[in-house]
Amino acid sequence: MNNTRRNFLKFAGLTAAGLCVASAGSVIAAGTGSTIKDGEKALKAKRWGMVIDTKKAGTKEAIDALAKACHSVHNVPDIPGTQNVKWIWAVGFEEAFDQPNNYMDESLEKRQFAVLCNHCSSPSCVRVCPTKATYQRPDGIVAMDYHRCIGCRYCMAACPFGARSFNFMEPRLHLDLANLNKSFPTRMRGVVEKCNFCVDRLADGKIPACVEASQGALVFGDLSDPASEVRKVLREHYTIRRKPALGTEPGVYYII
Amino acid sequence: MLEKALKGSPKYYMWIGFLLLIILGASGVYLMQLMQGLTITGMSRDVSWGFYIAQFTYLVGLAASGVMIVLPYYFHHYKKFKDLVIFGEFMAIGAVVMCLGFIVVDIGQPQRMLNVLLYPTPNSILFWDMVVLNGYLILNVLVGWTCLEADRQHLPHPKWTKVLAYTSIIWAFSIHTVTAFLYQGLPGRHYWLTAILAARFLASAFCSGPAILVLVILLTEKVTTFKANVEGIATLAKIITYAMCVNVFFFLLEVFTAFYSNIPGHMHSLVYLFKGVHGHHELVPFMWTAAALGLGSLALLIPPKLRDNIKLLPWSLGILVIATWIDKGLGLLIGGFNPTPFETIAPYWPTGKELIISLMIYAIGALVVTVLFKIATEVKEETGASQKTAETAEAN
Amino acid sequence: MKLYNGGKIITGLVIFLGIFLAPLAYNAGKAAYSQPKLKLPENEKECVESKEFMRTKHMQLLNEWRDYALRDGQRFYVNSKGKEFEMSLQKTCMKCHTNKAEFCDKCHNDASVTPYCWDCHIQPEGLKK
Ligand code: SF4
Ligand code: SF4
Ligand code: SF4
Repeated sequence: MNNTRRNFLKFAGLTAAGLCVASAGSVIAAGTGSTIKDGEKALKAKRWGMVIDTKKAGTKEAIDALAKACHSVHNVPDIPGTQNVKWIWAVGFEEAFDQPNNYMDESLEKRQFAVLCNHCSSPSCVRVCPTKATYQRPDGIVAMDYHRCIGCRYCMAACPFGARSFNFMEPRLHLDLANLNKSFPTRMRGVVEKCNFCVDRLADGKIPACVEASQGALVFGDLSDPASEVRKVLREHYTIRRKPALGTEPGVYYII
Repeated sequence: MLEKALKGSPKYYMWIGFLLLIILGASGVYLMQLMQGLTITGMSRDVSWGFYIAQFTYLVGLAASGVMIVLPYYFHHYKKFKDLVIFGEFMAIGAVVMCLGFIVVDIGQPQRMLNVLLYPTPNSILFWDMVVLNGYLILNVLVGWTCLEADRQHLPHPKWTKVLAYTSIIWAFSIHTVTAFLYQGLPGRHYWLTAILAARFLASAFCSGPAILVLVILLTEKVTTFKANVEGIATLAKIITYAMCVNVFFFLLEVFTAFYSNIPGHMHSLVYLFKGVHGHHELVPFMWTAAALGLGSLALLIPPKLRDNIKLLPWSLGILVIATWIDKGLGLLIGGFNPTPFETIAPYWPTGKELIISLMIYAIGALVVTVLFKIATEVKEETGASQKTAETAEAN
Repeated sequence: MKLYNGGKIITGLVIFLGIFLAPLAYNAGKAAYSQPKLKLPENEKECVESKEFMRTKHMQLLNEWRDYALRDGQRFYVNSKGKEFEMSLQKTCMKCHTNKAEFCDKCHNDASVTPYCWDCHIQPEGLKK
């Protein structure tokens, strides 16, 4: 290997010690004659949403199975302690919904509820992010650009649902490196992450991993389409959302 | 004028060396944080901001507080503050430097910090906070430095500095208001979600900030020939007293609203802070200490006899600073995150490493303030303004 | 004309130039630079764009791919020859370039750049503790 140039550049870099903020115009537009389009297989919607039938997925075990599906597809690390990362997990009624009830029926009291990012219509996390690293797509998905996130954690303070996790440490230290999903990245230390409604899978024409693993307990679809399955389920059942009074307009509904 | 910072007594050198030593030593711990991540702090998924951001918030108050000298001087031509103005401005510079430092050590990817400028996002309050803080820094550097230089050459202050000084007065209010907006616009954080938060921030800043400033000026008097205008200090103590009264009053408004309405969300944080819930009492002793010291400081500041006692004043101000620091530097942050969105309690306490890194930032601030105050006092000595030996001449 | 403080200025200039030119002096007389040998894909002869374009502009291309895919939800790239590619580092680029060490690292090491792609993206060789 030729090392001279490397050394030279390192040395030169030191002496120059300059700021180097590269910003280039579009190279694609600059006449490669190429075009951009979305995939034919991709699933599309005006407003993606989810309904969770808590009678069907109402135990810790059932929800852990959903989490396992999600976390293995998205290379979510399993970190012990309070600096953990999670995209979907199980909590009790009072933790999930701010409507305490002193005389709840026993099945509800024991029931567990899957919580995840609600992909709110007026997301406070998007409102506060100083870099647009968290943004809302036209199809309602609140997505994240991990390349851009500066890790200020303002979005975590702003999300009233505790949906977000910060990578306090190098996530790869807590991943099973031999069994990663090689078509999805991991994250790096110092950025925030959360459920992405499986944008990556939707682009490939697949429904979200947790929905797929739920055996019908989770329904995913276009909330704006009256003929969609989510709308059908919503018509047929009484559903509630988490903390609707805060006005973020969650896109995840719960059948109680 | 910078050369004045280079010549000093052995004591001055020792103090500078001491600060540099702290900065150097603590930067090793910061390096560790850069390599391992924020996992070395006590923060968690539920308490995602901690000591750093709390100190940032407190110091924005210190930065804004210079206005309590600048405003009477420029708007009301209160001449007794003439020789104090520069210290207010230089203190603000030190405080803003520390604020920026605390932001830098808090974020997870500091090397990407410029993204805030590369992708400006006006709907984010953090973007505006960055704008107002940097603007305030520039204003104070320009005005402070130019006026001091003019003083030194026995020239009148250039006209434009007056315009900038007026701007900086309004600006000072904006920096702390915007910092309060960081918190008070977040849905679901009941302790912060209150219209009076910005007003509380300002009230607490306008008592704690000048209190710190007076303490530092009294210390400056001990080590230099500078002697602050006695009446000026007394007026400042009066301002501090009023601001502290308003601060306590605003807090009691919160307490009334929460408990008379009996709305759980509004009460929970206060109950956690002052009584403890679910078996968690981590902050209870601190909050009661703050309450006792806060009222104690008022007891020592309200009676004019005690307030004007220059021997007692440092103690009254000292306990006021401790009280406001616990309230804003600990309680506000931890109380805002607890209870968590899941109605649980996630105790937080800074780790030793977190404290050492904070110490580093404080040492940097102290260094900046020392150097700037050194320059200012030397110029005052040169021009014979507010000197110990010329006590009669000071009432200009 | 008299140069005030001439001695100091000239000493300063000399020191400045010395530091400035140090890298050149340091490398003077060393072997000339030669391009690293890359391991190219065996079954695929044509990349997304021409070799020259990819060599100089792949970083900008990837930056733009990222924004199209993530922000605009447009995940396919059709090049001038009409060939379609999914805009994905892991699913497209690394399918052909199956070895990061033998391909990416060669030039990156030589140019002394450490792109942060691999802090998150998984190289085809897999990750080791
Ligand atoms: S649940 Fe939280 S993170 Fe998800 S979109 Fe709503 S506010 Fe943002
Ligand atoms: S942590 Fe990242 S995503 Fe969250 S607000 Fe900051 S920059 Fe945006
Ligand atoms: S929608 Fe996808 S990302 Fe979100 S919890 Fe389900 S599997 Fe995970």
